[in-house]
Amino acid sequence: MASLWQGYALPGIIILLQILAVMLPVMISVAFLVYFERKTLAAMTLRRGPNVVGPFGVLQSFADFIKVFFKETIIPTGANKVVFLAAPILTFVLAMIAWAVIPFSEKLVVADINVGVLYLFAISSLGVYGVVMAGWASNSRYAFLGALRSAAQMVSYEVSIGFVIVTVLLVAGSMNLNDIVEAQRTIWFAIPLLPMFVIFFISALAETNRHPFDLPEAESELVAGFQVEYSAVPFVLFFLGEYANMMLMSALTVILFLGGWLPPFDVAPFTWLPAPFWLIGKIIVLLFVFIWVRATFPRYRYDQLMRLGWKVFLPASLLWVVLTAGVLVTFDWLPA
Amino acid sequence: MEDLLREYLPILIFIGLTLGFAILFIAGSYFSAEQRPDTEKLSTYECGFAPFEDSRSQFDVRFYLVAILFIIFDLEVAFLFPWAIALRDIGLFGFWSMIIFLAILTIGFAYEWKKGALEWE
Repeated sequence: MASLWQGYALPGIIILLQILAVMLPVMISVAFLVYFERKTLAAMTLRRGPNVVGPFGVLQSFADFIKVFFKETIIPTGANKVVFLAAPILTFVLAMIAWAVIPFSEKLVVADINVGVLYLFAISSLGVYGVVMAGWASNSRYAFLGALRSAAQMVSYEVSIGFVIVTVLLVAGSMNLNDIVEAQRTIWFAIPLLPMFVIFFISALAETNRHPFDLPEAESELVAGFQVEYSAVPFVLFFLGEYANMMLMSALTVILFLGGWLPPFDVAPFTWLPAPFWLIGKIIVLLFVFIWVRATFPRYRYDQLMRLGWKVFLPASLLWVVLTAGVLVTFDWLPA
Repeated sequence: MEDLLREYLPILIFIGLTLGFAILFIAGSYFSAEQRPDTEKLSTYECGFAPFEDSRSQFDVRFYLVAILFIIFDLEVAFLFPWAIALRDIGLFGFWSMIIFLAILTIGFAYEWKKGALEWE
């Protein structure tokens, strides 16, 4: 009995607590991210933004959540019911489980697997299924068109994201996210791989269907794209998934290019702060850029979007992979 | 094997937990909120008029082309992942094999480009 407790139950409970310690903060930060976004956009367009619920309106998202939770769950008659409900669940699950491998510090990671990058790449590739399932199952013109556009856009930028990741792997020499962070002790990869950093960040915008690449949602023409038929909690799950994905892409950018949980300089005043602080701080900076872009840029046209993905980013990142590999092999700089 | 399972077990638990959470969430809202469906409410949204036909109709073949292109390049990326990690061990031979492979793919890509498969008007 004691060995059963020691061998299975106790580690199980620890794992469960670790997972909850990642999952709940992510979900709560989505609420604050929405508030942050609305406040920032308001400030950039000289408005006040939410300011009624709670001090400075910080509780606005929670009020919205309670409202949406008690709304009627509408499943259209023409819809394929099982797929219709499975799509938001899938989106949500995928957006959450990706956080299992994100290292908040050297030790603070739920699953320190040695193919962390591959895992994240796989999870983000699967994200497109949620969109396609939602668009197809809704049996609505808008949803269908939105899903088609979204799927094509996500897969197009997935390719350049893949090549960018390969460049980082060449320089870091490992697929473990902690090792990649450690490899940036001397210099953050954003500096030697600056073009790749830019491509990655723009692709991350496209991958998460954010402005200026938000064609799948395009309120003015597709009214909300693939999620037009959703209401109540299924809609909330899409929303949570989308914003959690945004944070995830920021986290991935930070880990691959901006030194993850490492402080910017390895000297006294910077090293006083604990590692998770640096990771989260950098993520917040990138999230601000996400919102800033939304406030600043007009939406792309679909042909411009595809042109950028296939004719600019793909050749550029492919070339850079070859170049990086060539330089590393020629000068024998490959990581051991 | 034991270590491998130990590493991946949290992910499995994570999937189960989020799945359970999502289903509970939907069920909780479904049963606590008032459900009063009617035909108009459940009809497909199309800006005020009834939809003419089933929406799962024909769509542009370009989406299909993009999907095919994606498969090719994503496989290529999947092929590059282990190569990038093992580049030190496989040496110059491994390096040049991949460069030749990439060159062949680039020829295909250039052909695609010239044929206009990447054009959207």
